Amino acid sequence: MPFQPVKFYQTGTYTVGNRLLDPDERSEQASENRSNSINSGHRACQGCGEALGARYAIDAAMAESNGQLIAVNATGCLEVFSTPYPESSWQVPWIHSLFGNAPAVATGVAAAMKVKGRREVRVVAQGGDGGTTDIGFGCLSGMFERNDDVLYICYDNEAYMNTGVQRSSATPPAARTATTMPVGPEPGNVFGQGKNLPEIAMAHGIPYVATATVADLRDLEYKVRKAMKMHGARYIQIFVPCPLGFGTASHDTIRIARLAKESGMFPVFEAEHGEVTGVLKIRHKVGIEEYLSPQKRFAHLFGKHAHPEMVARLQAIADRNIRKYGLLEENN
Amino acid sequence: MLKQTEGSKAVAEAIALCRPEVICAYPISPQTHIVEALGEMVKAGELAPCEFINVESEFAAMSVAIGSSAAGARSYTATASQGLLFMVEAVYNASGLGLPIVMTVANRAIGAPINIWNDHSDSLSQRDSGWMQLFAETNQEAVDLHIQAFRLAEELSMPVMVCMDGFILTHAFERVDIPSQEQVDAYLPPFDPRQVLDPKEPMSIGAMVGPEAFMEVKYLAHAKQMQALELIPQLAAEFKQQFGRDSGGLVRTYRAEDAETMIVAMGSVLGTIKDVVDDMREQGHKVGVLGIVSYRPFPLAQVREALVNCKRFLVLEKSLAVGMGGIVATDVRMAVSGTGLKGFTAIAGLGGRAIPKASLHKLFLEAEQENLEPVTFLDLDWDAVNKQLERERQNRHSGPIAENILYDKGISSAAKFG
Amino acid sequence: MFQIRIHGRGGQGVVTATEMLSVAAFEEGRHAQAFPSFGSERTGAPVVAFCRIDDKEIRLREPIMEPDALIIQDPTLLHQINVFAGLKPDGYVLLNSHHDFEALGLGDLVRDRGRQRMCTLPATELGLKHIGRPIPNVPLIAGFAALSDIIKLESVIKAINEKFSGKVAEGNIAAATEAYNLVKEQMKEHANA
Repeated sequence: MPFQPVKFYQTGTYTVGNRLLDPDERSEQASENRSNSINSGHRACQGCGEALGARYAIDAAMAESNGQLIAVNATGCLEVFSTPYPESSWQVPWIHSLFGNAPAVATGVAAAMKVKGRREVRVVAQGGDGGTTDIGFGCLSGMFERNDDVLYICYDNEAYMNTGVQRSSATPPAARTATTMPVGPEPGNVFGQGKNLPEIAMAHGIPYVATATVADLRDLEYKVRKAMKMHGARYIQIFVPCPLGFGTASHDTIRIARLAKESGMFPVFEAEHGEVTGVLKIRHKVGIEEYLSPQKRFAHLFGKHAHPEMVARLQAIADRNIRKYGLLEENN
Repeated sequence: MLKQTEGSKAVAEAIALCRPEVICAYPISPQTHIVEALGEMVKAGELAPCEFINVESEFAAMSVAIGSSAAGARSYTATASQGLLFMVEAVYNASGLGLPIVMTVANRAIGAPINIWNDHSDSLSQRDSGWMQLFAETNQEAVDLHIQAFRLAEELSMPVMVCMDGFILTHAFERVDIPSQEQVDAYLPPFDPRQVLDPKEPMSIGAMVGPEAFMEVKYLAHAKQMQALELIPQLAAEFKQQFGRDSGGLVRTYRAEDAETMIVAMGSVLGTIKDVVDDMREQGHKVGVLGIVSYRPFPLAQVREALVNCKRFLVLEKSLAVGMGGIVATDVRMAVSGTGLKGFTAIAGLGGRAIPKASLHKLFLEAEQENLEPVTFLDLDWDAVNKQLERERQNRHSGPIAENILYDKGISSAAKFG
Repeated sequence: MFQIRIHGRGGQGVVTATEMLSVAAFEEGRHAQAFPSFGSERTGAPVVAFCRIDDKEIRLREPIMEPDALIIQDPTLLHQINVFAGLKPDGYVLLNSHHDFEALGLGDLVRDRGRQRMCTLPATELGLKHIGRPIPNVPLIAGFAALSDIIKLESVIKAINEKFSGKVAEGNIAAATEAYNLVKEQMKEHANA
């Protein structure tokens, strides 16, 4: 089960202050030994969910691997904001090659480590949703199928934010992007079939698949650490709101991530060898409007020319997630 | 050891002798026999420690090689034709990152129309990719060039393509001297990378580089190829010392000393050309040959030196710059610019069109007479071409070109073997 | 330089036959070059492969258009393509069939060229008998050795041992030896006829 032992709240949020926990139960972010693998001074926007998610994830992976980590990065915001030449925020050995090949590059790094007998060195590949679900999908599937010893982390902010917020295959229906403008009779992104990458990853039968959000630090760290204890191909998709692309306040990043989970739009679960083994339950179910309305990318669904039918379809997607993954507590 | 073997098999053995640590490949004709043989060696444990990775595309093949090379492993892959084009983004990336990957290109035409046969369009399309490109004339040279390629790549920290004619060399059984492990070990030291991903000394590789530094990075790639112009002959000389064979180098001439007409070419067709030149020499024609081994870096000075004393030259190339003419010929003309030398271009052998001695003989005589158009298409079927042009003039909906040509020629591939 | 062209169908070991011929010639210290017609032929499709043998290095890379010898692995090809195209006037012909040339409608060819350099051989049957598979290639190259004396039977056997081992090698050697002897007997009859 995901890490979820504490059931009391503090200061109106769901965050549990570390000072209330035993030292060994505290988060890696609270550790004075944390590696700061992506250091301050990078050029992400204020409130960047991806910067936060990457720091949480890579620090946890560093802790679990005793600092024996090599990171491979797909092209994207994370790559660009962390390394404008000649500076680099990365405190780990790090390589960026191309947009669509991070999983394959990581396979190569892992193969090199194996050949050199350095089994203690672990490999993490990371990319955004565009680099993962679209252009890097072939390489990702190949890496999964071969069960290469790579943890792939997708920082999912549901569009191509680096290039100016264009639609990716992870963009939710109805969302406004630069290539799915809120004009015409069916504004925003199409209601397609979606591309559920965690489930596609599970269909490869790989040892571990998980989803997480930046709103649940401890769950996120738990999943990264668990993944790092395993070998073979592993996949974690982390929901990381983008203030610019979502049209949200920079101080709302965590709140939006939490609402994505609490509304059922982003189910948080983990799976081993293709079977779901744990679900992070919804604590306080919220209607889809509560999640959508703070985001300007959904603004066209509300107000004067509202599209309640589209809101209802989005609610239906959330409801299906809730049913499918059993996201509600039995007694809720 | 001297043996009669297939070109692909010989190259696989040469690669094995170079102690590669990561081999990744995606199958494409006519490269397949090379990677099949290597895959078997790795699987049987004859090539340890080495990882053989069956990837899902050529793009992944080059990407895996990028990762493994950056992590300090000697890395090898092989491809051809569409495969090379499919990996192009990663091809440029590998050289941009300065990773000394060695790749065999089993030269093959590029479609459409789809065609599995030999020409040089594939690797020449990567002329400006930053990779060095060495062309083998025989399977012996293919073997030798691969051994030299790892030295060259690793000394300069830049990738090298070894180009060998698909099928004509890859699938030909001929006599090849496979060196011993001791010989290769003495020639090729273990890979000591200039940059490496290692938790012991974290570094970032592949950062974004803006206008303030990009030109310098690119210039340095050029500078490395200029260094290669010096290094390649040195490596060939050292190779000769170690293995007792002339192999590699920048260019090679044949019966060129008093030649008035020089024929310039790359790859296996040089063999046929030499036979024709021998025949013509017997008949008193002053014809010589310039073989280009190193296409990138292009040895401008050596080409100029080899041609400067002739009266005219003909570049025979298995590639076509559509809308322009020759690709190699352009470089050769650059090399002799200012000399006033008369130069001709012959496009030959596209898509595996046979290059027979008889056709070359006729062509060279015409070149000697300076009785050639600036660009000649050897053995082009003008009837078929004109028929299609006429069809297009007559009919707006003239249909697909390739299918029309096949129809006009009444080709059943089974009937063709010449 | 001696140039051999082999016609057959995909699956009959045409390419292997030229490769083994080249290995046999190499075993005799000669230079040899074998190469296929570079097709993507599937099983059953017509296939052509070539072999050159010389005492010096072979540089020529053109396909063999004027062969010194033809080996035809499948007589059904006779009606499909002009397998005899370019064959030199004194060229050798070895045809896989249990019939003679006349029965195959090639009487004219025999009349024009004479019998000294022409022979049929039931190579498929020999393959079945000794190897258990209808693969005619090894008997045919042994038969070619007998017909032309360009290579020795023992060199063919060396090539067999390089390519195969154990029972398969033994079967192939038996098939090759019988094929060699059959052709030598035929040639003797032709000479006496």
